[in-house]
Amino acid sequence: MSNETLNGRRDFLKATTSGVIAGMLPVSLVRLAGAAESDPDFTFAYISDSHIQHIKGNEFVRNWDRGLIRAVAEANLLEPKPDFVVFGGDLAQLGTKAELDHGAEILAGLNYKTRVVMGEHDYYLDLGEYWSDLYGDHYYSWDHKGVHFITLNSILTYDDWTFDRWESPERRMNEMAGLDNPNGSPFMVGDKQLKWLKKDLSKVSRDTPVVVFSHSPLQKIYKGWNFWTEEADDVQAMLKPFKKVNVIYGHVHQIQYNQIDKIAFTSVMSTAWPWPYPESYAQAESHLPILTVPMNRADPFNERDATGWQFMNMHTGRVDLEFNLYNNSNRTIAFNRDKGHPEDVTFSDAKTRTPAQSHF
Amino acid sequence: MNKLLIAACLSIVAGTVAAQAPLGLPEVPVPANNPQTPEKIALGSLLFHDVQFSATGDVACATCHVAEKVFTDSPLSVSEGIEKKTGTRNAPTVVNAAYNKTQFWDGRSPDLEDQARHPFLNPVEMALPNHEPILEIIRGDDGYLKMFRDAFGVRAKDITIDHVTKAIAAFERTQISGNSPFDRWYFGGEQDAMSAAAVRGFAVFLGNGRCISCHAIEQDFALFTDHQFHNIGVGINDIQDRVPELAHAFQVAKNAGADVDVTVLTDPDTSHLGRFAVDDQLSSMGAFKTSTLRNIAVTAPYMHDGSIETLREVVEHYNNGGVTPADAAVNAFLSGGIKPLNLTEQEIDDLVVFMESLTSPQFEPASGESVATATGSGE
Repeated sequence: MSNETLNGRRDFLKATTSGVIAGMLPVSLVRLAGAAESDPDFTFAYISDSHIQHIKGNEFVRNWDRGLIRAVAEANLLEPKPDFVVFGGDLAQLGTKAELDHGAEILAGLNYKTRVVMGEHDYYLDLGEYWSDLYGDHYYSWDHKGVHFITLNSILTYDDWTFDRWESPERRMNEMAGLDNPNGSPFMVGDKQLKWLKKDLSKVSRDTPVVVFSHSPLQKIYKGWNFWTEEADDVQAMLKPFKKVNVIYGHVHQIQYNQIDKIAFTSVMSTAWPWPYPESYAQAESHLPILTVPMNRADPFNERDATGWQFMNMHTGRVDLEFNLYNNSNRTIAFNRDKGHPEDVTFSDAKTRTPAQSHF
Repeated sequence: MNKLLIAACLSIVAGTVAAQAPLGLPEVPVPANNPQTPEKIALGSLLFHDVQFSATGDVACATCHVAEKVFTDSPLSVSEGIEKKTGTRNAPTVVNAAYNKTQFWDGRSPDLEDQARHPFLNPVEMALPNHEPILEIIRGDDGYLKMFRDAFGVRAKDITIDHVTKAIAAFERTQISGNSPFDRWYFGGEQDAMSAAAVRGFAVFLGNGRCISCHAIEQDFALFTDHQFHNIGVGINDIQDRVPELAHAFQVAKNAGADVDVTVLTDPDTSHLGRFAVDDQLSSMGAFKTSTLRNIAVTAPYMHDGSIETLREVVEHYNNGGVTPADAAVNAFLSGGIKPLNLTEQEIDDLVVFMESLTSPQFEPASGESVATATGSGE
């Protein structure tokens, strides 16, 4: 982190905090003016896409283990304490019991109530059966301090792909794990869950802030990598009547934010690796899936570079995200009430951007 | 006073020499508001060596930064201030500190001028209640008054602690040393300046050892640091189960106005929080500044707490992936650059020989005297 950024952040903290412990306080950092006394105001943390990967015996890929271990340890240091933590899916890499157990053991180190989202890497080996033993329902909703939370399983797909196409569950899992895979299939919520969602939302006042957690984006970004949910338009239509809707999703391993009608979309980072990632990773045995597009933003030396986790401030019905990025400047994506959409509080202004590296 | 003046005169010579950077080092950066002058450097040397500026009258900057020991207090693991009180950190060398982008192991000072303010007041170092006693001594000493007048054009009543620290910083900027066997081999093109083992060790340094990523070398100079802070599993490993309590207690104390400089030097556990104590960032937990490797073979012991006695043990610590012994628990906040290296015994040996080639001629132990004897830290 550059001194300029650091000082700017400190000054901002000084200007916005009072009578609280300074420093570990993204909650105050992103607090916006104009929040009414009655508005919900609490915090939660969000860890996602850890891809715990079994090698053999008691061996797991160290890199992915360290990413999740660090996120858990850092989340436990938060002040003030978050009300709960969400894990955003892809706890495992190939959905095995060994991977899910190992990941669950690390996640259990969190000192908070933890809600878990289903990822495709957790699902396609046994269709979520063992995951259910650990974490229960694949989709559910709950209310917390005046906010309606919904967790969707958005990584389902067409029945004939899931049930009728593959000679083994392992093959099915591997096919869904690939990017740019002509044998792949788009993510879906499915009719049954859409019906459930409609019914669930029918009980919620339109003034109630709604937060939806899904593994895949509930918007269509890039089909080849399943940055995509087939019925995104249907889900958005159901959410449209609500005044304040936030969708938080994993899967993409990078920071994205967008606004469609009143729905603010924000992605979260992976604790394992960034998409896309550089070819230089492939110089050593990397355990990464094969990728078709290189990137130039990750430091191949530092395994935690371009990964991270999030701390979220729920206030005024909007979710503001503080990205804790181990080897990079932290970033804050907050809802700008004047503009009516989320934005990066530092880098949206062209003057404060870090110029992209164009040569090496 | 006379002896000190002679020392000061000697360092003027050093200062003149340092104006031209030795092989392997860039030009010394000098802040615009504190230009180098012979008068200022001489004054700085005198102040640096003066034991009067301590609560007990027997501790100077030079007590822990001894010229003959590459401006460290090797072989002490942590420094001793007044009444043999110990701090929590291993004295970093003054030599080439002029190139550092931050000072102290945790970078809590931005430059040499600011750094020099703190040890005077730290209760385990020189333990003065404030800077006023220093100014009183100076104002009552005709020799000092003349030197301040010559260096800064100030009269007695106008002398401040800023003049004192500027002079000390100017002196420290003359303590530059390059021209090591490595410099002569790599930058000077002297093929036989390094042994075959050292050359092999350099290959490990660049390759399997992954050293170069933090101990940086540029095209025409080498500071052997990236000026960054990394958790390499030293210190933090010992307190890892208590990090939440320690971090919380520190944050509460800091918010209530506790002095970071005092807190980290007086409480060993808090000291291990590292850069976190300075910048409050979760990513900085247990992280310390990458130290230079110049003259590393003659400045044992190693790491912020002086907890590792030999270079070989340092390499083994990295080879284990940031733990000693190899089966110890890895701390959750370990830098993503640190992982098991699987170096061979030969590679480890060669890497150590390479680091021994980074000693400048003036700090080379007298012939026949081994490095271990010179530093008193042999196995």
